Amino acid sequence: MAATLKDATAIVGIGQTAFAKRLPQSEKELACRAILAALADAGIDPGEVDAFSSYTMEETDEVEVAKAIGAGDVTFFSRIGYGGGGSCATVGHLAAAVATGQATVGVAWRSRKRGSGPRPWKNTAVQLPTPGQWTRPFGLLRPADEIGMLARRYMHEYGATRDHLFNVAMACRNRANENPAAMMYERPLTREMYMTSRMISDPLCLFDNCLETDGALACVIVSAERARDCRHKPVYVHSAAQGLPSQHHGMVNYWNDDPLSGPAWTAARHLWKQADFGPQDVDVAQIYDAFTPLIPLSLEGYGFCGRGEGAAFTEGGSLELGGRLPINTGGGGLSEAYVHGFNLINEGVKQLRGVSTAQVPDAATCLVTAGEGVPTSAILLRS
Amino acid sequence: MTTAPDKSPAPAAPDTSAASADALLVPVPDEDGAPFWEYAARGELRVQACTACGRLRFPPRPCCPHCRSFDSEWRRMSGRGRIWSYVRPHPPLLPAYAAQAPYNVILVELADAPHIRLAGNLVACADAPLDSVDTTRLRIGARVHVAFTETGGMTVPRWILEKP
Repeated sequence: MAATLKDATAIVGIGQTAFAKRLPQSEKELACRAILAALADAGIDPGEVDAFSSYTMEETDEVEVAKAIGAGDVTFFSRIGYGGGGSCATVGHLAAAVATGQATVGVAWRSRKRGSGPRPWKNTAVQLPTPGQWTRPFGLLRPADEIGMLARRYMHEYGATRDHLFNVAMACRNRANENPAAMMYERPLTREMYMTSRMISDPLCLFDNCLETDGALACVIVSAERARDCRHKPVYVHSAAQGLPSQHHGMVNYWNDDPLSGPAWTAARHLWKQADFGPQDVDVAQIYDAFTPLIPLSLEGYGFCGRGEGAAFTEGGSLELGGRLPINTGGGGLSEAYVHGFNLINEGVKQLRGVSTAQVPDAATCLVTAGEGVPTSAILLRS
Repeated sequence: MTTAPDKSPAPAAPDTSAASADALLVPVPDEDGAPFWEYAARGELRVQACTACGRLRFPPRPCCPHCRSFDSEWRRMSGRGRIWSYVRPHPPLLPAYAAQAPYNVILVELADAPHIRLAGNLVACADAPLDSVDTTRLRIGARVHVAFTETGGMTVPRWILEKP
């Protein structure tokens, strides 16, 4: 029988720091605080940690983290590339490691001072070679410009409007307004604010862009057997997938037959193939939202609607609590915190524990996705 | 709480590239892309093609993803195409771009190879600034043709409306 990850492991601990435009602590300290909080939440001693996974963009490495928190001998460590596309793969890699006996207690984390630190696109030295030579000299400088290009085409092909993108921003903001830890907790959004806000990369305005945040999060993964002895109800990793489609070009995916079919489609095929349930059975979703257009594109990619129907899906309060598919119930990257999507993982765990600040009643299944438009990843969680 | 040295905010556009901070970025070719820019300097728009199976590929790369041949040539394009999409970037931007913002960036699907969409700028004439075309003229589907201009010692393509 082929090995399977299905429900073999569980997330048993989650931790986070405060989220703010500027935090005084270093990224390293924030990482340690989030990780120790996650381990305390799980009721597992840091000396038992023997596996780590994070993003290639994470600046605090395993050596620093392991020695700071007093980890034991570490036998598995991995890094996933492509910025926010790697978020869910940190959990996926640890699930695979634990399920196959490479390690027993895995910690995934992301710590970032994107609020007070530099904007990566301002570094003209490292990003100009391939594929930057084909885009950056022409003023396609920032991720917002690169995704804005796909968004405009999507709007043109399928009749999507700024109102559809507003529906996404509004759903996330409404959930953030219920979440005291969210950066936008006491900052309601109105349609007029959205429609009159400044453009960042037309057609994308300020509110189509995620926040800039200092903060860190972590979670702890162990075997399903071990999970039963932990402090909280286990949240099982039911399915995990990564996606790098054939002839994909990263965020500047302009040179193939269908730029609007992104990595979500590839990850989704594998994710659902391994799962006991389908999109219609998902109670709540945490969908990577660095930019609002990623939501309709991801809704299509993960099979919640057909190609070109993602914008229409957002109508009628579908993404709100009580709607067809409540999303980003902590506020997401748009309104809770932008920490490369790790807050979406922890929010998924909160939903399945039944302790979210915007709880979906009896939520038992949750899809969490990583950045669409770059090589991506996704996990299905179940209680 | 220990107070670690804080990361200071980004200095204004640290620039270690060939261009100065107040100039537009110039392409930094890699080995595979160099011929594109060499042909551009001669006023020719050329795309890498597989010598074995004849298929065009972009961005250029060492071998053909269809037949895996390492032999390639550079095929001259008509220089005509249509706008597939566009954005109008607003600040915050690098200084040279902020000075012209909001400007346009377009993707041009080549008439000779519609799956190849070159990023560029729609301008009134080859040497005109990036904001030289009225935004009302920006339209998906509009026909354009290539022109070349020199910037920072490199020749780069620009795009001009067929019907100005």
